[in-house]
Amino acid sequence: MRLQSTGDGVSADQTPRRTADNARTGIMRQVLLKPTVGPLIVLLLFCTVFSLATHTFLAAGNLSLVVQQSVIVGTLAIGQTMIILTAGVDLANGGIAVLGTIVAGRLVAEQQNPALLSLLFALILCTGFGMTAGLLVSRLMLPPFIVTLGLLGIITAITRLVAHGGAFPVTDDLLAWPGNAIAVGDTSITYGMLIMFGLYLLVWYLLTQTAWGRHVYAIGNNREAARLVGIPVQSRLLSVYTFAGFLYGIGSWLALGRIPNADPNALQNANLDSITAGVIGGTSLFGGRGSLWGTLIGTLIVAVLRNGLTLTGIDPLWQDLVTGILVIGAVALDQVSKGKQR
Amino acid sequence: MKDNQMRIVTKTPVMSYDNAGDAGNRDKRAGSLRPTSERGRWRSCRRIAIALLATVAAATIFAAVSTVANAAGDEILIGLVTKTEVNPFFVKMRQAATAEAEKQGAKLIARFGKFDGDNEGQVAAVEDLISAGVKGILITPSNSTGVLGVIKKARDKGILVIALDTATDPADAVDATLATDNFEAGVLQGQYARKALGDKTPKLAMLDGTPGGTVDVLRHDGFLKGFGLKEGDPAIVGKQITHGAQDQGQTGMENLLTAHPDINVVYTVNEPAAEGAYAAIKARGKSNDVVLTSIDGGRLGVQYVNAGKIAATVMQFPKIMAARGVDYVVDYAKTGKKPSGFINTGASLITDKPFSDLPSKDTKWGLENCWG
Amino acid sequence: MKVEQKPVLPPRGTVVLEARGIVKRYGHVVALGGADLELVAGEVLAIVGDNGAGKSTLIKVLCGAVVPDEGQVLLDGAPVHFRNPLDARKRGIETVYQDLAVAPALDIATNLFLGRELRRRGPVGSWFRLLDKNRMRREAQREMDELKFHLPSIDSAVEKLSGGQRQGVAVARAAIFARRLVIMDEPTAALGVRESGQVLNLIRSIRDRGLPVILISHDMPHVFEVADRIQIMRLGRRAALTTPQRHTMSEVVAIMTGAARGDEQTSPQ
Repeated sequence: MRLQSTGDGVSADQTPRRTADNARTGIMRQVLLKPTVGPLIVLLLFCTVFSLATHTFLAAGNLSLVVQQSVIVGTLAIGQTMIILTAGVDLANGGIAVLGTIVAGRLVAEQQNPALLSLLFALILCTGFGMTAGLLVSRLMLPPFIVTLGLLGIITAITRLVAHGGAFPVTDDLLAWPGNAIAVGDTSITYGMLIMFGLYLLVWYLLTQTAWGRHVYAIGNNREAARLVGIPVQSRLLSVYTFAGFLYGIGSWLALGRIPNADPNALQNANLDSITAGVIGGTSLFGGRGSLWGTLIGTLIVAVLRNGLTLTGIDPLWQDLVTGILVIGAVALDQVSKGKQR
Repeated sequence: MKDNQMRIVTKTPVMSYDNAGDAGNRDKRAGSLRPTSERGRWRSCRRIAIALLATVAAATIFAAVSTVANAAGDEILIGLVTKTEVNPFFVKMRQAATAEAEKQGAKLIARFGKFDGDNEGQVAAVEDLISAGVKGILITPSNSTGVLGVIKKARDKGILVIALDTATDPADAVDATLATDNFEAGVLQGQYARKALGDKTPKLAMLDGTPGGTVDVLRHDGFLKGFGLKEGDPAIVGKQITHGAQDQGQTGMENLLTAHPDINVVYTVNEPAAEGAYAAIKARGKSNDVVLTSIDGGRLGVQYVNAGKIAATVMQFPKIMAARGVDYVVDYAKTGKKPSGFINTGASLITDKPFSDLPSKDTKWGLENCWG
Repeated sequence: MKVEQKPVLPPRGTVVLEARGIVKRYGHVVALGGADLELVAGEVLAIVGDNGAGKSTLIKVLCGAVVPDEGQVLLDGAPVHFRNPLDARKRGIETVYQDLAVAPALDIATNLFLGRELRRRGPVGSWFRLLDKNRMRREAQREMDELKFHLPSIDSAVEKLSGGQRQGVAVARAAIFARRLVIMDEPTAALGVRESGQVLNLIRSIRDRGLPVILISHDMPHVFEVADRIQIMRLGRRAALTTPQRHTMSEVVAIMTGAARGDEQTSPQ
């Protein structure tokens, strides 16, 4: 054991090297977040397996199809991930998006309002519901699970009221625009996919490259600490939920783009699906940990699984089984690696 | 002055102030004192290893199963998309389709929605089936308009699309519809009810299904035609909505009997509603005074007829819908011939108290041929 | 609050922080009944006392968490009125809380700058709010080196650190941003021998940089090791003021519990 004199624990050569090491960091290193590697491996492996099992998996248009099928839940999952990062959860995201589709559809289809205004109105409505949840969570300190559960009930009732009947087709050009596609060789990329990717980039930037994002992580990781260091916790929480509501509004537009039908029965499981995507992607339900790209990968994993099972004709019960295993596996891995650090 | 004091105080040998030296490495409790980059690499290595192991296991299963599944590369693929897997009506449909496909040497890929009304689930299933290269798709649409877009995509690719049991809106969005003529079924039900009532003055109660439902409307109107009444006739003493559910059938019947104790004939939209209605009728001790009729032809329904709870029911043939659908697809794949229009899969009156001028089958036949 | 600002170094012997006659009541309970305190430039002042002696309350008054009923707090001779911890922070007083207030999953540099993140200069920073992560990491590393506090890597998450290292991070955070003084609440309470040593080292480094430190501690050996002066609180007032040289540990404990009388020595050295 080396005894060194007071306050002189430094070996002179270590410091400059460490500083040089740290100076070489950049965006690249930030992008290769370690938590995302696991889910990415799983995704690539599924893709490999399915492409080996059937030639139709990699066929023209199928991969694009899988991404298209991920667009709605993928977008809702962005908001869900933000909320989970603050140690909250949102059970109402699907409901808010559906209400958006019904409202926009109703305004355009029945009352012949201009599509742009109708869409904006729906966006504002969805953002408003997000803000409501945010106010209840941040000012009144109500548990997010309960708040969003109650909100879901209210929104479902409002949706049935506004829809008064069943689903109805929405054939407006602007509302269906996200479904239009650009042909790229044999395959196609829908505008909805581009919008979803754009949103992922935007929110990734906000979460990792701005102070706001760090505050979000800190609030989820140790809310009391965040308060003590001067982070405006209430304001941050409100902004998270409100922004999530806005994203759900965009989600409703993307939903109309994909299936031009306003259906009050739609997206019933979107809340759990978005949570699943987040968890498989490495976001911890305890808050403060997770990567947005992981959520995207999680969404794709679920979509690839379903698509691949259909292409190979395997019984769909495997989908639920494997998804369940992945979720538990992801949570277990997270706990194990956390535990080892103590 | 101060520094002197500090040095005097700090002479306890236990204190060692190096954090990064070898001493640290021996202290397990202190946690990581190896450079984090190494530990981080170790952590992610372990993660990757576990992820790999898990998926290798899954991959092996997949590969094994799918090599078997894809053994015959050029067999005809047929897709079936039902509403749900919880309603025995659709389960029997799937089973019949699978059996018929096997018989024909084709392969059936069956998918279903998560709940009645799960349009997106059906849309995604159809999309995947298109990718899979099916020659034909059989679908019971949860939402008559929601699947139109994806059906068009399928037909544009030359895939035959047949609607089973429920028509799309518009009906010609698909190549053909294989279903029960629900109007005809209602007529049969009404004719029987009239005959069973005999000479008595009819006091008719109608237990309907879901307001606006295509099937519900057809059965209702067919019954009235078969019975010989027009809508609004005073002989129709009451109507209730049941959504085809047993509990609502019971409540509805109770309410109607309270308002009109002299009801002597009842129309029900399906057998669960009829079972509920029977409970209400029996509770009033009126089982001998009321002619109760229904439609569907599930095993339970036929058993009700057998037990005397329902006077007669009209049977549907979902298994025929499914099997016939498979045949059409196979035919199309081989010869390119497409079916078209509405193809009636038939309806059969089932009763143990037949009338000579109204063709019917008894419950023995019913139990042999029912679905469920 | 830029990191580049160096702490202001008042001349030796001047009083940086002073509390006169602080009274705080909670209902019928008198937590502080006229407590005094002087913190001199360049010193480590330890506040000791039995439970209920009022040391925690006095600290909370000084860091702005509690507003006193009577009395005055003077910073550099001028009266100040803190309504919340943010007020105190803005005046350059940093506090290290007993539970550290760090976010364990986040890395050290992030924690150091939590709530006071640095942005890139220019339009990128103000319009796009882009964080200057490199600068924060460099500053964090430099700060750690200046404090002679060594960690495996500035990028490791705080939860991977030992208790002493974590305490060190919390202390370093205070050191980076303090412009006047640092207050520490039981900094070695949960630590083992070796780690306590590291923290005491840090305290000395901070003092040596010109920031006086107020320290609450139950641990007599640590107090005697690092404090320049010791303030003994009893029954909500200052019972005695002494140094590790003038009294032994057991004598200090005796004064704390009231078994012996302390002579009020108010003049700093």
